[in-house]
Amino acid sequence: MAFEIKKTGKVYDVCIVGSGAGGGMAAKILSDAGLKIALLEAGPKYDPADPDQMTQLKWPYESPRRGASTTRPFGDFDAAYGGWEINGEPYTKKNGTEFDWFRSRMLGGRTNHWGRISLRFGPRDFKHRSYDGLGDDWPISYEEVAPFYDRVDKMIGVFGTKENLPNEPDGFFLPPPKPRLHELMIKKAAGKLGIPVIPARLSILTRPVNKDRSPCFYCSQCNRGCSVYGDFSSSSVLVKPAMKSGHVDLYTNAMAREVLTDNSGKATGVLYVDKTDLQEYSVNAKVIILAASACESARLLLNSKSAKFPNGLANGSGVVGKYLHDSTGASRSAFLPQLMDRKRYNEDGTGGMHLYIPWWGDNKKLDFPRGYHIEFGGGMHMPGYGFGFGMERMNGKYPAKDGSSKPAGGYGAGLKDDYRRFFGAQVGFAGRGECIAREENYCEIDPNVVDKWGIPVLRFNYTWTDHEIKQAKHMQDTFEQIIHEMGGVPNGAKPGADTMYGLENPGRIIHEVGTTRMGDDPRKSVLNKFNQAHECKNLFVVDGGAFVSQADKNPTWTILALSMRASEYIVDQLKKQNI
Amino acid sequence: MDRRKSLKALALGTLSVSALLTAPGCDNKKTDAGKGGDKAKTPGYGRTEDEKVRDEQLNAAPYFTDAEMKTIAILADIIIPADEHSGSATDAGVPEFIGFIVKDKPELQLPMRGGLRWLDVQSAKRVNKSFSESTPEERLAIVDDIAYPEKAKPEMSQGVAFFNLMRNLTATGFFTSKIGIKDLGYVGNTPNEWDGVPDDVLQQYGLSYDEKTLAECLKIEDRTKIMTWD
Repeated sequence: MAFEIKKTGKVYDVCIVGSGAGGGMAAKILSDAGLKIALLEAGPKYDPADPDQMTQLKWPYESPRRGASTTRPFGDFDAAYGGWEINGEPYTKKNGTEFDWFRSRMLGGRTNHWGRISLRFGPRDFKHRSYDGLGDDWPISYEEVAPFYDRVDKMIGVFGTKENLPNEPDGFFLPPPKPRLHELMIKKAAGKLGIPVIPARLSILTRPVNKDRSPCFYCSQCNRGCSVYGDFSSSSVLVKPAMKSGHVDLYTNAMAREVLTDNSGKATGVLYVDKTDLQEYSVNAKVIILAASACESARLLLNSKSAKFPNGLANGSGVVGKYLHDSTGASRSAFLPQLMDRKRYNEDGTGGMHLYIPWWGDNKKLDFPRGYHIEFGGGMHMPGYGFGFGMERMNGKYPAKDGSSKPAGGYGAGLKDDYRRFFGAQVGFAGRGECIAREENYCEIDPNVVDKWGIPVLRFNYTWTDHEIKQAKHMQDTFEQIIHEMGGVPNGAKPGADTMYGLENPGRIIHEVGTTRMGDDPRKSVLNKFNQAHECKNLFVVDGGAFVSQADKNPTWTILALSMRASEYIVDQLKKQNI
Repeated sequence: MDRRKSLKALALGTLSVSALLTAPGCDNKKTDAGKGGDKAKTPGYGRTEDEKVRDEQLNAAPYFTDAEMKTIAILADIIIPADEHSGSATDAGVPEFIGFIVKDKPELQLPMRGGLRWLDVQSAKRVNKSFSESTPEERLAIVDDIAYPEKAKPEMSQGVAFFNLMRNLTATGFFTSKIGIKDLGYVGNTPNEWDGVPDDVLQQYGLSYDEKTLAECLKIEDRTKIMTWD
């Protein structure tokens, strides 16, 4: 077969690259409006109800490695096809800095395994520069996004409670599940310290929102994908109904290479390699929507060079790839002696925490400018690979049932009983905070390296500043305060300055955003406030790339709201023949 | 069909959502048929093609020799013997798990092989027999010297490190097995309705759900009712 680019005469109304939160929502809204859509996804089809793909309700012994994370970074039963390292799809780093880039190559992308934490950004999050002089304001306000958050709440479903907190807007919530035992203990302890603990806000159906999706049946395994669609993933909740409209052609295993443009500078289509037959194809459309993830969309733009766009498409400002920022993350776990020998019952609950700690501090009185929220876990989890590791560090420290002490480690019936005694007596805390977006943190095209399909790869440059490091220190101090107040014993040594207080590598929290940010000034931003490229009117980016700042929230709910808003703008602009 | 059965059927994909939401009765025959057919429809544990190939490659040849496997089995049963609650590590298939995991995680191969050899040499020095050839009393004499990290003599440190690894792998292998999960008393991983911590447990820890929490949280009887806000 000759090596050539296979073209068709067919012209779609819209070509969407990527089927995660942003792409799925665009496919749903635009197909509802009757537009003909080509949806490109770099990975295979995925349906958590497909017996060949299903991992929900599997037992650890069904995996020969007992669920270990050898091939999937979050374990054998996790739904993500991908990870921080993917064979044949490298990325590089610059100036000795670190960035870890997580990619899920599958229908629905990273929404298949995420934590379902569905927080709205608050009024201050959109205008943080006005508040503290750092970073930049968004060109839009909370009030402009609120109606879209409202619709996302009702369409997808999120549990929570009305709390009237100033920067944690309430929504249209489903009733939350009752807290678990360790969550009540944390609430009591944190309450004494003046730290608020409120019901979590997770997109898990405690009650159904329509007849297509069942309510949660409390297996605690949202990260495995839900076979009854009781939680939000883009593939099950958005793409699947969009496909039913008959207006969407799904191209799986289609790895986008570049966006094609004509001499007038208009986008005309997308060039992709089909991973199954290794042939090159182009798909034509009147509107191109990138939703490939913040960094992948930036990579696509930077790789789409032409005489008209020598710096890459929509990159006259040079801003594409810049202002990359991920949430901060630091964590600590603890042992709760009072939970030894605890009574057994099924406390799986939903696939996430039932309570959480929203940011409660006043940064004007603290030595770091932005907040964080605290997530926590614990309880009698299903055992998996790693269960029981390190018993020799535990069982010598606590008295046996008869009050006697015994040497650490050991073997035999006594040791066997220790594993039972210690089961379910651990808690873990994780802070997730805002990192201020800076121009100096970026991804760019590595001039020397290509992936297995010959596509130039990304090279990252990312450093934390004192803002983030001091925030991580505050997290560690807070974790210890709560643990001590609970009567717990923190595990391991407290992370100190030598490890930046346990601050994770950027990229590890998988909230990276900002690489194609929106703004009113085309010299300082890539997109306008409708996610439309300043320099290419029929090109949109609806993933996290559009974010001006990340907030101390998880990005998904805002990606969904902004993608819905951009999609309706596209319908309107097409009607008006502006694009 | 009662709610528990409905939940099971739902999880198995044999009952449609709308049936659960609307139907007061239920077609049991259909559900049972679905259940029977379920086994045939659920091969493996949700592997991708690449992962299937990798598993096959790992399963193609053993890493440990027969002699090494014999010693692993003896050690595993010393660490987790049968008791009045459940069977032993070998009953739970722990040696087979260890045989697989060292191929899956090659970084474990050298510590395991070297550790087993260290053990045999230690045994030979003492009784001029390999660990597996020695008597149960002779074996325990060595194990007692390496099973207690804080009491062990400095010259036993390599044996302690090996025994820690062996203890970890044995415990993980055992408590992730069917026998071990039952022994542990983990009762989840099944469709159910979470309606909070049992009352006696709340009482035991001096905790309770406050009025606000009870008012806000899901009433479990509403669980299948479609939510409306207007």
